[in-house]
Amino acid sequence: MAILVVAEHDNTDLKDATHKTVTAAKQMGGDVDILVAGKNIKDVMAQAAKIDGVRHILGVDHDSLTRQLAEAMQAVIVPLMSEYDAVIAPDTTAHKNYMPRVAAKLDVMQISSITGVESADTFIRPIYAGNAMATVKSSDAKKVITVRTTAFDAAGEGGSADDKMLDAPAAPTTSQFVSEELTKSDRPELAAAKIVVSGGRGVGSAENFAIIESLADKLGAAVGASRAAVDAGYVPNDYQVGQTGKSVAPELYIAIGISGAIQHLAGMKDSKIIVAINKDEDAPIFQVADYGLVADLFKAVPELDAAL
Amino acid sequence: MKVLVPVKRVLDYNVKARVKADQSGVDLSNVKMSMNPFDEISVEEAVRMKEAGTATEAIVVSIGPAKAQETIRTALAIGMDRGIHVLTDEDLEPLAIAKILKAIVEAEDAQLVIAGKQAIDNDYGATGSMLAAMLDWPQGTFANTVETSGGSMTVKREVDGGLQTVKLTLPAVVTTDLRLNEPRYARLPDIMKAKKKTIDAKTPEDFGVDTTPRLKTVKVTEPAGRSAGVIVENVEELVASLKKEGVI
Ligand SMILES: Cc1cc2nc3c(=O)[nH]c(=O)nc-3n(C[C@H](O)[C@H](O)[C@H](O)COP(=O)(O)OP(=O)(O)OC[C@H]3O[C@@H](n4cnc5c(N)ncnc54)[C@H](O)[C@@H]3O)c2cc1C
Ligand SMILES: Nc1ncnc2c1ncn2[C@@H]1O[C@H](COP(=O)(O)O)[C@@H](O)[C@H]1O
Repeated sequence: MAILVVAEHDNTDLKDATHKTVTAAKQMGGDVDILVAGKNIKDVMAQAAKIDGVRHILGVDHDSLTRQLAEAMQAVIVPLMSEYDAVIAPDTTAHKNYMPRVAAKLDVMQISSITGVESADTFIRPIYAGNAMATVKSSDAKKVITVRTTAFDAAGEGGSADDKMLDAPAAPTTSQFVSEELTKSDRPELAAAKIVVSGGRGVGSAENFAIIESLADKLGAAVGASRAAVDAGYVPNDYQVGQTGKSVAPELYIAIGISGAIQHLAGMKDSKIIVAINKDEDAPIFQVADYGLVADLFKAVPELDAAL
Repeated sequence: MKVLVPVKRVLDYNVKARVKADQSGVDLSNVKMSMNPFDEISVEEAVRMKEAGTATEAIVVSIGPAKAQETIRTALAIGMDRGIHVLTDEDLEPLAIAKILKAIVEAEDAQLVIAGKQAIDNDYGATGSMLAAMLDWPQGTFANTVETSGGSMTVKREVDGGLQTVKLTLPAVVTTDLRLNEPRYARLPDIMKAKKKTIDAKTPEDFGVDTTPRLKTVKVTEPAGRSAGVIVENVEELVASLKKEGVI
């Protein structure tokens, strides 16, 4: 069996999500290759080659792949699948975007956001915002899989895979990149951070979010948020943790002024230690918190910040 | 431009799913069902396009049991022009749904499909992109803002790093994210009017689509539970506990 892992990267750095996806691929058994599709990807390919237990690194370097738009990624991956039994990628927005296109072209059903590998054709995935876990067995000849990376450990380094460059297919013309507004931050990435400090509607305003950020910086943490905080414009959309935002599973998750709706819990309940600070002792977040503090956040958070 | 909006009837987002004792699935008897929240956003967007004159006709499609008609009526009350109900009692996979939708798009000669980014029951997040690939159309997923001008559409997308804007040549598929718009509530007179709008009745067989599932559900189980921990009295106690855990 041959499995193609699609690398998560920004044309400069290979992301940890790739290492975690490799772990899931290895659990399926068989040869694991990594595809790096992008622009000026030599460094990324070199980083990928170091991942332990990988056979080949395939590179496709082309202007049309700079932003890895869905139509272009489909054009790269579908022809490669004559050589592979499975293609597997992290369930980040970059890959969620095109993987269903690949599945449709191969006439197979995508297995989305798996959290466990039972065998080469049987997987575990959360459904209903993680309130149920489905074990599904695929009868498709080829598997198209996305991985909830928080559920897998990162594959180690020490490998020395060989690499080869492939020709880029004709670039699609019906879809064009226009611009991007990326959130700039010196803090760790939300999905990879060891500590996440999240604020909700209770924080009250974008200005007030400074106390959350200050606490996060004290802890070297990433900043997250509930949907309500994002919708209210306190923080950018990519801070959203939950069923329809990002999934995180840090060592420590601190939820501040967040009630604990099903959709929010879906994205953080696999964190090792959960702390909740909320002034309402009946808030559902306390039902999943290891440590709960019933307090006004405007008093408790600065106090906590000062105590660290 | 004709716009097609596929909507799914799902367990209401406020209701906590309960796993059946025999592990065959989630118990959907006697629970509140509603339109998938992302599909409400799609319907709202299509209706706004009609109001703005960019859409000439807005068609709502639901594939599901007899009760899916109620979901279609809800969309008609919000302002969709007519409905298509594809009757099936099976919870079809996105692959089959996309194939049926493709046949409908072609029969209707629609130029735009606005789907939800994910159905909150199965959490697949696959149908919209699958449909786009089957039609060989471009796509703008996780849409935060859309703007049509002439033969193209500019879509601002919610991505992991922030926002990304792409320009698509129509026809295209868009999938909606939460912040695209705020869906309105249907007004009573519109609910009455919606009763007179037509809903075409179809079945998957009408489209010659093989809907055999590719994924077999072996079992559905409860997730590993998390129990409530301790309530600490004050910040000092919290800090001490976290130090003891070794996480700070
Ligand atoms: C389709 C769909 C998808 C969704 N996806 C997501 C998702 O991915 N992520 C997500 O988070 N949500 C999601 N939601 C929204 C979710 O249902 C909740 O509405 C949201 O999580 C609530 O955010 P919140 O807890 O910040 O706000 P609220 O529920 O309003 O809670 C605010 C909390 O702050 C507390 N508080 C207020 N003031 C203070 C104070 N001074 N000190 C201490 N505590 C205070 C209150 O007691 C309250 O518990 C989704 C909803 C839908 C329909
Ligand atoms: N049974 C269905 N009937 C109509 N539309 C559907 C159905 N299932 C999924 N969809 C559409 O596809 C989107 C994504 O669903 P999914 O791929 O299942 O997560 C939904 O938001 C709907 O727009």
